Amino acid sequence: MDRKKKKFTPVITVNECKGCERCVYSCPKKVLRLENKLNSYGYRYAFYIGEGCIGCGSCFYTCPEPGAVSIYEETEDNT
Amino acid sequence: MAKKLIYGKPSGFFDTFDRRPGITHSTHYCPGCGHGVLHKLIAEAVADLGMLDKTIFICPVGCSVFGYYYFNMASISVPHGRAPAVATGLVRSNPDCFVISYQGDGDLGAIGFNEFIQAANRGENMAVFFVNNGVYGMTGGQLAPTTLPGQKTLTSPYGRSVENEGYPLKVCEMVAALDSPVYVERTAVTSPKNIRAARAALRKALTYMKEKKGFSLVEFLSGCPVNMKRSAKDTDEWIEKNVIPYFPVKCFKDIANERKPKQSPVGIYDKEKVKDSLLATEKIHPSDESELPVPDIKGELRIKCAGFGGQGILSLGMLIAEAGHLQNLKASWLPSYGPEMRGGTANCSVVLSREAVGSPLVKTADVVLAMNQPSIDKFSPDLRDGGILIYDSVNIKFDNPGKCNVYSLDASMIAKDVIGDVRCANSVMLGAFCEIIRSIDEKSFISSITNNFRGKEKVISMNIKAFQEGRKAVRK
Repeated sequence: MDRKKKKFTPVITVNECKGCERCVYSCPKKVLRLENKLNSYGYRYAFYIGEGCIGCGSCFYTCPEPGAVSIYEETEDNT
Repeated sequence: MAKKLIYGKPSGFFDTFDRRPGITHSTHYCPGCGHGVLHKLIAEAVADLGMLDKTIFICPVGCSVFGYYYFNMASISVPHGRAPAVATGLVRSNPDCFVISYQGDGDLGAIGFNEFIQAANRGENMAVFFVNNGVYGMTGGQLAPTTLPGQKTLTSPYGRSVENEGYPLKVCEMVAALDSPVYVERTAVTSPKNIRAARAALRKALTYMKEKKGFSLVEFLSGCPVNMKRSAKDTDEWIEKNVIPYFPVKCFKDIANERKPKQSPVGIYDKEKVKDSLLATEKIHPSDESELPVPDIKGELRIKCAGFGGQGILSLGMLIAEAGHLQNLKASWLPSYGPEMRGGTANCSVVLSREAVGSPLVKTADVVLAMNQPSIDKFSPDLRDGGILIYDSVNIKFDNPGKCNVYSLDASMIAKDVIGDVRCANSVMLGAFCEIIRSIDEKSFISSITNNFRGKEKVISMNIKAFQEGRKAVRK
């Protein structure tokens, strides 16, 4: 499969994010930002601007919370 | 289009965390904490290597003490700094299990350094993950052995002075100098690049442990944004600018390929034999062998025996406890004595009960047996109203305050004149106790004496005689 066709989406679980910004400054493509709203525990939380993710996993590994960041790969369903 | 999860919560974590109701998906760590980053790496690596059901994670004392709420593996919490000692026991008794000792700089570098360095020197098959953030994070950011020179902490407000506190402890360098450890590496959990290097090092250590190559140490330089009073980003930058030059991030030693896997030691104890000897007391007095009924004691019978060392106070307590035990009472015996072999004061607390004994301590006594003046002065006020006081009138002057039943007998005199050995005075007291209490059978006391002095026929007959004299003296 052609690598260029892969599309990645980071998903941030709003109520598990503590707003430490580690993912925001670790992202090589700078596609994560901190929301100006608060989650239910009172933290600002990270969000994906919607495009540009390369699926490198930096945000996943730098995030201290077990399940706050997960990254999905969207593939063309050839099979 | 199909969605495929490529990075998600590792299966080394529990699905939900039960630490606190309401917050079931996030950890207790502060935002930006290095522990969280490392936890994820460990959970992922252990799951990927298929070691989840064989790994024991040792939670240290520190912020990561709650690790057992998060990791889906066997966990044990140990006293401060003792993780490598406990890990040694675990790995020696279960050679097929894998032990991760997760320790902070206070746990490993300060209070537990000896346990750690000895385990490293023995080359136990375990992985130590040393989280070095340079401060005591859980208690509010005090100076740690690994605090940098000049670094301000709560207890070094003017910065660490090397004249006063010395230089930071370089743990990896010290361990690498030993012959036993197979793998020593220092990494940092700061930038994504460093985190990936840390991930690789951690996996390497776990792989060596799985291959039973021996002791691995991986140090993780991590941040504590709250105590360093910086944002997570500034903390990472500060570590990369200041800490990494002092604590170089590199592999110090990797000789696992030269080592053969450790052989599982053959146990020197036969499990069945150990079990038998532990349960031996149960077998001496099985309930169906005793013909005597269980004495009718309401609640607990709390007894205090006191005197000076050498009078046989502790033996007296032991004889009473054993007599009770022979009639299937639950018994406890708690001695208290000074360092002297003779002289000094001695006392013991005995509790007899039909139910399991709650506390072996006797604060309010039902019976006090006193054999010298200081004892009666000290313990007679502890008697409950209506309690029984038995004392040796040869040594003691006592005015009955009237709230308890007092029995006095010339125990020492009887032992000396009638039996011919003053050392039997305790058996005379035992006889008196038997006669006064009545609920425990005379035969039990005699068996108890026989058991205690087993093999010394002369002593047994002398003590039984003294016991009978004691009973007689009370009857008068």
